[in-house]
Amino acid sequence: MPMRLTKPWRPLDGDEVANLKGTLGVYQLADLDEQVVLIAFAGGRSLFGLQGELSHHLEEREPGTTLFRVEENMQYTSRFDELLMVHVSDHGSLPVENDDSRRIGRLSPG
Amino acid sequence: MNLDPTDEQQMIIETVRSFVQNEILPLEADLDPDATQLDLADQERLTAKVREMGFYGLDIPEEYGGPGIDVVTRTLMAIEMSQHRAGLYAPCFGVFGGAGLAQLYEATEDQKERYLYPTLRGEKRGCFALTEPSGGSDPGRAIQTTGVPDGDEWILNGSKLYISGADKADFALLFARTSDDPGREGITAFLVDTDTPGFHVRRVVHTLRSSHYATELQLEDVRVSSANILGQLNKGFGIANDRLSRQRIPYSAACIGVARAAQDMAVEWTKHRETFGEVLATRQGIQWMLVDNEIDLRHAYWVTMEAAHLAESGRQFRKEAAMAKLVATEASARVVDRAMQIHGGAGMTKDLPLERWWRELRIRRVGEGPNEVQRLIMSRELLGRSLR
Repeated sequence: MPMRLTKPWRPLDGDEVANLKGTLGVYQLADLDEQVVLIAFAGGRSLFGLQGELSHHLEEREPGTTLFRVEENMQYTSRFDELLMVHVSDHGSLPVENDDSRRIGRLSPG
Repeated sequence: MNLDPTDEQQMIIETVRSFVQNEILPLEADLDPDATQLDLADQERLTAKVREMGFYGLDIPEEYGGPGIDVVTRTLMAIEMSQHRAGLYAPCFGVFGGAGLAQLYEATEDQKERYLYPTLRGEKRGCFALTEPSGGSDPGRAIQTTGVPDGDEWILNGSKLYISGADKADFALLFARTSDDPGREGITAFLVDTDTPGFHVRRVVHTLRSSHYATELQLEDVRVSSANILGQLNKGFGIANDRLSRQRIPYSAACIGVARAAQDMAVEWTKHRETFGEVLATRQGIQWMLVDNEIDLRHAYWVTMEAAHLAESGRQFRKEAAMAKLVATEASARVVDRAMQIHGGAGMTKDLPLERWWRELRIRRVGEGPNEVQRLIMSRELLGRSLR
């Protein structure tokens, strides 16, 4: 499993979200320039897993403004932390929509 | 040895039990099933409450401001504190406070000023960096990380694996080989600031335990002052080994706690769940599983409490601590597994805590020394040291 999410970005629209599974996992949202704006996960309390979480984002956002990619993963909490740390290592800060009051670990992926 | 809790111990047990039921479980019900942290406001509120109760910093020696809880009472408390979903690795979400790395109490005054006291004040965190890719069960021989003297400094190179908390730690207690001796006599313990150039946390190691992940470290020409050697040069193995023995009693107690909670859930479930017109509790197959659980629980409890009593009375407890670790981790895993079987489909889901306990208990059979090593420790004591 690569440390960074490398799957191609998909447009956040109804058809794409309908094709997602209701499984646990992590996901990223990005703007149309492919800049990550949010890293999050669909955990054990998410209704309909990744599909449910992305459906919420679809309802809340302006159509045609957001990209997404997902990774099904039962280890979603440690994978979530890892993605946050890698993002900070690559960009110097958390994605703009992530809570920056949470203490994030330090990773030097090399 | 009297295993009955004293009146005071019974009162403490009931206080902690009530705390878990009234403060921890309601909050946990709204958290992710794999969560290990409370919201900051809840964390601070409950920590203040524990301070008021006089239990904060359970493992801090009394002379450093700890509450002066004896080993037996501490063990009884650990059994209670783990009886919630996150309880095995995050008992009560840490609101009873940590003691930091136990080895720091043996540090020099200068080292205590720089590492121990800030840890006790909650200003610094440490991690314990012993295991390497070459192995962890026999660290005296497996350690390949080297420490080479250079004036008043040491230059460390190598890697460490399965290190918990290194990504958030301010310093590491790190073990390196500092002489040509290929065994235990050539290991030194260093206190290493994690912001030292060359200290890298290279990756998260994902395990069954989704939260509280491990990490892999790489050390590239990390320069450490001689003043940061903990204990004596080439005598670090004793420091590592001492920690491993002491840890085994509370480690065992936490396993018993989650197993007790699983058994309580299973007993309740069997009284209400019906199959073929009868509640499960009427089925002999189910009754025997519950009885086997109770036998496992009592076995684990008795050997763990024996180790605690020996430790408290200042007698040798290495063999008994190894036995407690072995019995408690294996018996608890069986108990939780049977509880899952009794719950059927519901037992497999994240709606209940059983699946998390089942995953995390699997790690316990390897963590803090694999159970095969516990058997080795006990056999050495039984047969004499000549076996080495």
